Amino acid sequence: MSLWKHHAKFERHSLLLVVGILLVVSVGGLIEIAPLFWLQSTIEKVDGMRPYTPLELAGRDVYVKEGCYVCHSQMVRPLRDEVERYGHYSLAAESMYDHPFQWGSKRTGPDLARVGGKYSDTWHRDHLIDPRSVVPESVMPPYKFLAEKELDYSDIVDRLKTQRTVGVPYTDAQIANAKKDLEAQADPFSTDAVGLRERYDAKVVNRDFDGNPNKITEMDALVAYLQMLGTLVDFKTYKPQSPENQR
Amino acid sequence: MSAPSLTSSGPPAGSKVLLIISVLGAFLAVLGAGLTHDTIFRLQAGTFAIAAIIAGFVLSSGLAGGKLQDHPDQYSDNIIKAGVIATMFWAAAGLLAGVVIAAQLSWPNLLFFPEAGWTNFGRLRPLHTSAVIFAFGGNALIATSFWVVQRTCKARLAGGITPWFVFWGYQLFIVLAATGYLMGATQGKEYAEPVWYTDIWLTIVWVAYLLVFLGTIWKRKEPHIYVANWFYLAFIVTIALLHLVNNAAVPVGWLNHRSYGAMSGVQDALTQWWYGHNAVGFFLTAGFLAMMYYFVPKRVERPVYSYRLSIVHFWALIFIYIWAGPHHLHYTALPQWAQTLGMTFSIMLWMPSWGGMINGLMTLSGAWDKLRTDPVVRMMVVAIAFYGMATFEGPVMSIRAVNALSHYTDWTIGHVHSGALGWNGFITFGAIYCMVPWLWKKKAMYSNKLIEWHFWIATTGILLYIAAMWVSGIMEGLMWREYTPQGFLAYSFIETVSAKHIENVIRTIGGLMFLTGALIMIVNIWKTITSPELDLAAAELTDDTSATPATANA
Amino acid sequence: MSGLTYETVSRIAQQGGLIYFGLLFLAGCAFALLPSKKAEFQHAARMPLDDEELS
Repeated sequence: MSLWKHHAKFERHSLLLVVGILLVVSVGGLIEIAPLFWLQSTIEKVDGMRPYTPLELAGRDVYVKEGCYVCHSQMVRPLRDEVERYGHYSLAAESMYDHPFQWGSKRTGPDLARVGGKYSDTWHRDHLIDPRSVVPESVMPPYKFLAEKELDYSDIVDRLKTQRTVGVPYTDAQIANAKKDLEAQADPFSTDAVGLRERYDAKVVNRDFDGNPNKITEMDALVAYLQMLGTLVDFKTYKPQSPENQR
Repeated sequence: MSAPSLTSSGPPAGSKVLLIISVLGAFLAVLGAGLTHDTIFRLQAGTFAIAAIIAGFVLSSGLAGGKLQDHPDQYSDNIIKAGVIATMFWAAAGLLAGVVIAAQLSWPNLLFFPEAGWTNFGRLRPLHTSAVIFAFGGNALIATSFWVVQRTCKARLAGGITPWFVFWGYQLFIVLAATGYLMGATQGKEYAEPVWYTDIWLTIVWVAYLLVFLGTIWKRKEPHIYVANWFYLAFIVTIALLHLVNNAAVPVGWLNHRSYGAMSGVQDALTQWWYGHNAVGFFLTAGFLAMMYYFVPKRVERPVYSYRLSIVHFWALIFIYIWAGPHHLHYTALPQWAQTLGMTFSIMLWMPSWGGMINGLMTLSGAWDKLRTDPVVRMMVVAIAFYGMATFEGPVMSIRAVNALSHYTDWTIGHVHSGALGWNGFITFGAIYCMVPWLWKKKAMYSNKLIEWHFWIATTGILLYIAAMWVSGIMEGLMWREYTPQGFLAYSFIETVSAKHIENVIRTIGGLMFLTGALIMIVNIWKTITSPELDLAAAELTDDTSATPATANA
Repeated sequence: MSGLTYETVSRIAQQGGLIYFGLLFLAGCAFALLPSKKAEFQHAARMPLDDEELS
């Protein structure tokens, strides 16, 4: 009975324990998560979904950076009061290009899944600079600095490329023109906006989201993102009762 | 106090390798900081470089001066002392951050600075959650696991210098994550906010932790592995698995702090809550149950009530927990079969959870008088009671109909805090109150009275906190769905916000009381360590070599 | 892949999971209640209480 023999036996015990733990905890994840990746019924077929424009994507990155998701959900549940308060319940398809998803878990503030188009750009700017100037009882922090901080989009081409790597179907043209498209969307008089609309969606509007024509700020990007939230899917063509949309 | 051990045998294994790695790491970090165009990346690389330079300096001076000595005949206790101090430091920091953000919700014009983004709730809230879960909880788990695995295996920690790498590497992870949040470096996934390079660093540290833990088990003198180590092992192994899968991401560039997750939308949501719920299940439950299975029997000087029950509930717990994640996604765009599965297993989870509670509580049978005489025992018992309460409330909230009301509300926040403050906080405090006199070779804690104060102030604080959150959560949930007789929504959203003001204030006070308790504990620990009159008389020590806690024992 | 419908998946996941879990639970109980393990477990339960010094 050598020392090594002892050692080997002890190792077997603990490794059996590790393997047992891994086997037991893997099953649940595999059965629950894996089917979502190849089950046809996980994500509905809808009209209107498109990748974010470069300015919207930059705005979404600001939304993530500022931790908006800790107080605002982006997931309207199919409950009567929520549908009346916020609009059509959220579909899985609507966040299919969201890396990361921003469904949230807490509504210290209201849901934002369909906030796009509900308020003016000016309202959003005033509200973000000083929330209590437009909603006196609000407990939201002020985001004045966003209106002053110039948007850093030097890496916007790389961001789009990375998005394509993880599965967002950006075209070569969209990636090549990312910088131009971003600048075009923040400029109401841009001549490049035609190309931007061709590459993304005829509904994309180019305007000065933050009301400051001198520079493209993080506020521009964030408001551009907020103003398109929940506006893409054409619900006139969506049939919730049809079998392919049953989940 | 610094008599060198008789059997010291040179520096701990791996010291030189770690020195080389530190120098290399510092070089790479300086290079990264110099080459990047990304300010956040530069600052974070700079932080890493400073840490690596300090490590290199300390290691080289320790090696050159001969101060860095291994003591194979002793338990590695200095690292646990460091862990206890780190745990209490992060407890104060994390709880303070919680009080600040609670105050921000109570008095929205206070503690906000329109020009300074880092003071905003959105950036401070991840700081609070990470500081209390990963910094306070994580350090408590690492420190107690190092204590328990050595004592129950009768073996010194394996790996030479590696345990110190785990300890300081973990602190660096916390600093990188926390400063990153303040600057706006986040992945935007709850409880998994650290960005890609911080995630990679944690992976390296975590693998080292697993190897130290397993290596110590391999050195054990008895064939049986004590059940507390099963729980620690499940915690370490499963957290590694969860961390790797949920944080799979592609960086925008190798010198860019930003990355995009490999998954999107509904798949990302389920993966995130598979991770998020099992961070609760394996970090905050399995790991802390391990603490319970060692420190409760030890303190009341009785074996665990039923060892067999501990085995059955171990396997049942880790099997069922992993399925429960989808209950965070009821009524969302997640397919309904997954929601139902999550709810079913969440309700089943009640049983193994209470198996653990019963086992912990019944360990006191025949020693119930200790509840009255020993505030540390009382603290641990109340911890187990909160564990039982939170693991009953959880399954209730996972029922779809209940969840329709509770989800998105403060009720969830209250539920989390009854578990976090009551269970994780109190069982940790109990374990540390046990360990401090043992580690620093003292007769007892400096003041039992202060422990009593800590207990009562903190308990009242928890009750205020969770009662306020029940009221505000259920109130806002009901207000959101309230209709007028004419069939219109009765309240605008902002009315539900202003209705919660008083509850927010009570919650702030509750949190402040819990923080106060922790500060009292820090004073008590400080006085215990620095009071020479509490020293165990030298005669009481059987072994000379064990009376050298102050040696540079690595 | 497309042959997998909602019903199939939910049946595999829910019933299969239940059976798997039931078997696992029985195995766990059997292991814990094995009479031959009794002495080992009684000894194990006392492990935290035994002398702490590293010999």
